[in-house]
Amino acid sequence: MSEILVLVDHADGAVRKTTTELLTIARSLGEPSAVFVGAGIDAARETLVAYGADTIYLLDSADLTDYLVVPQAEALAQLVDRAAPAAVLVPSTPEAREVAARVAVKTGSGLITDAVDVRAGADGGPVTTQSVFAGGYTVEASVTRGTPIIVVKPNSVTPEQSPGAGVEETVEVAVSEAARSARVVKREPRTKSGRPELTEAAIVVSGGRGTGGDFSDVEALADALGAAVGASRAAVDSGWYPHSYQVGQTGKTVSPQLYVASGISGAIQHRAGMQTAKTIVAVNKDAEAPIFELVDFGVVGDLKQVLPQATEEIIKRKG
Amino acid sequence: MKIVVCVKHVPDATAQRRFDADHTVDRAGVDGLLSELDEYAVEEALQIAAAHDGEVVVLTVGPDQAADAARKSLQMGADSAVHVVDEQLHGSDAIATSLVLAEAVRKIGDYDIVVCGMASTDGAMGVVPAMLAERLGVPQVTFAAEVSVDSGSVTARRDADLATETIEASMPLVLSVTDQINEPRYPSFKGIMGAKKKPVQTWSLADLGVDADQVGLAAAWSVVHSVAARPPRSQGVVVTDDGAGGRQLADYLAEQKFI
Ligand SMILES: Cc1cc2nc3c(=O)[nH]c(=O)nc-3n(C[C@H](O)[C@H](O)[C@H](O)COP(=O)(O)OP(=O)(O)OC[C@H]3O[C@@H](n4cnc5c(N)ncnc54)[C@H](O)[C@@H]3O)c2cc1C
Repeated sequence: MSEILVLVDHADGAVRKTTTELLTIARSLGEPSAVFVGAGIDAARETLVAYGADTIYLLDSADLTDYLVVPQAEALAQLVDRAAPAAVLVPSTPEAREVAARVAVKTGSGLITDAVDVRAGADGGPVTTQSVFAGGYTVEASVTRGTPIIVVKPNSVTPEQSPGAGVEETVEVAVSEAARSARVVKREPRTKSGRPELTEAAIVVSGGRGTGGDFSDVEALADALGAAVGASRAAVDSGWYPHSYQVGQTGKTVSPQLYVASGISGAIQHRAGMQTAKTIVAVNKDAEAPIFELVDFGVVGDLKQVLPQATEEIIKRKG
Repeated sequence: MKIVVCVKHVPDATAQRRFDADHTVDRAGVDGLLSELDEYAVEEALQIAAAHDGEVVVLTVGPDQAADAARKSLQMGADSAVHVVDEQLHGSDAIATSLVLAEAVRKIGDYDIVVCGMASTDGAMGVVPAMLAERLGVPQVTFAAEVSVDSGSVTARRDADLATETIEASMPLVLSVTDQINEPRYPSFKGIMGAKKKPVQTWSLADLGVDADQVGLAAAWSVVHSVAARPPRSQGVVVTDDGAGGRQLADYLAEQKFI
């Protein structure tokens, strides 16, 4: 069977859910090898093995974390040349996306971004599904040159465990002088909200301009449902909620089981970030709001009335 | 200081965007415009140039109508434009586009900063700035939400997933900016009139020394098998709140097993 490289997304060894999704996809294409960059393998090992990593490549050097993108791209390209994998799967974070872009140029390989599904085609090679033009079209594609480099969106598959051999191999990386040209001089970790990570959450409750700046009803409903909170750009631009919670074309793309849009009109740029949600619910006082074209269930009404009532009812039912 | 700003002409996102029979984006039958995300790049280039006595050259690659994107950038205040247009470019992927941009930037020459938008609003891959930096062999500072420039170097704030990062690099470099960075200006009447007299150069692939077999649909490193309009979501149930809307919502969520 052929080797499939998976670039691991982790924070000091805490493996993010997308990595378990990529390993699950990799198993359907061949033998998964996890590429682990940076420190923290002791915390990560169990998860990587549980989800099927047969090999774990360890790449640890200060160069890989003090500088963005470029050293990682060099290291991954070297590994691609050496291991000659059948494909490389990369999570859809801004940094990993750019690593993928540079590896594609370096190795003379085709690149596919934002795949929502990857399966083995007739020749065994990966065939991808993408959702484009704000979810208006579905595109099937495959790479025809070099090693397929595929950026996969979160929530593309349900992660399934199936233990791999987990053989570890330390890889010496040679990082060029040129790669050390854009230095990270400061890193301020974001304060955690205590809620699920927006892109990974099974349920997202979002608020827009219709909240009038008060997100407390949105947050209360989110907490009753165990959901993440999102925001429209109008809410972010007004300074009501941080940019890292923005859903849409220039924010995060989410693909949850349930998306609740409250006080959001449903502009095309917002849809681009949430249209692949399985179930969509909206609360909006304007019956003509375009968001209602998308919904499975909608309430025309004032969110200041509807959300607290729904929250109270949910808490009551949960007992 | 010389700043090159790369802009793309895209189909209007609020129109009915579609594909041609060869699975490429229909760029002729749908109204196009300067990608809104590139307006932030033009604005940032103009602000940097104003503060550092610089000049701004706008660069676009695309069919005839892409000249509109260059013109709008000139109206906003860029000094001159380069439009790379060649029939062979039809169907080019990001890999080929970055090659053409890189050769054009080299031909423009003597640049300090190449500014790009964070992604196009049509393909939305967000990879061209990184590919361009790779090809030019210069530092990349991407997804900048705030930039400061002083003699020879650029410092940027980048709002990454888990942290806010401050990045520093020396020029020449490739910079990509997000929609958080500034408020793009509207062209003034004076800007619109003045743009008519600004120099626009048109270059072909031959002018750049790029072989036709390195670009276009046939040279793309990936192939599209099929394109299908997503079936419209089946219309759901919409109720009007008469005092029980919240409970009805909870009922629905319970029915769907979300509670
Ligand atoms: C290049 C570009 C990129 C963009 N990227 C994004 C993006 O990533 N994400 C994004 O969201 N947008 C993005 N936008 C902006 C987008 O076009 C819309 O402007 C934005 O989504 C509107 O946000 P909104 O729905 O909250 O506000 P509005 O469109 O103003 O809608 C507010 C809604 O709230 C309803 N409302 C008001 N009061 C109440 C109430 N008391 N109860 C219930 N409902 C109420 C109103 O009926 C209305 O429908 C982008 C735009 C551009 C040009």
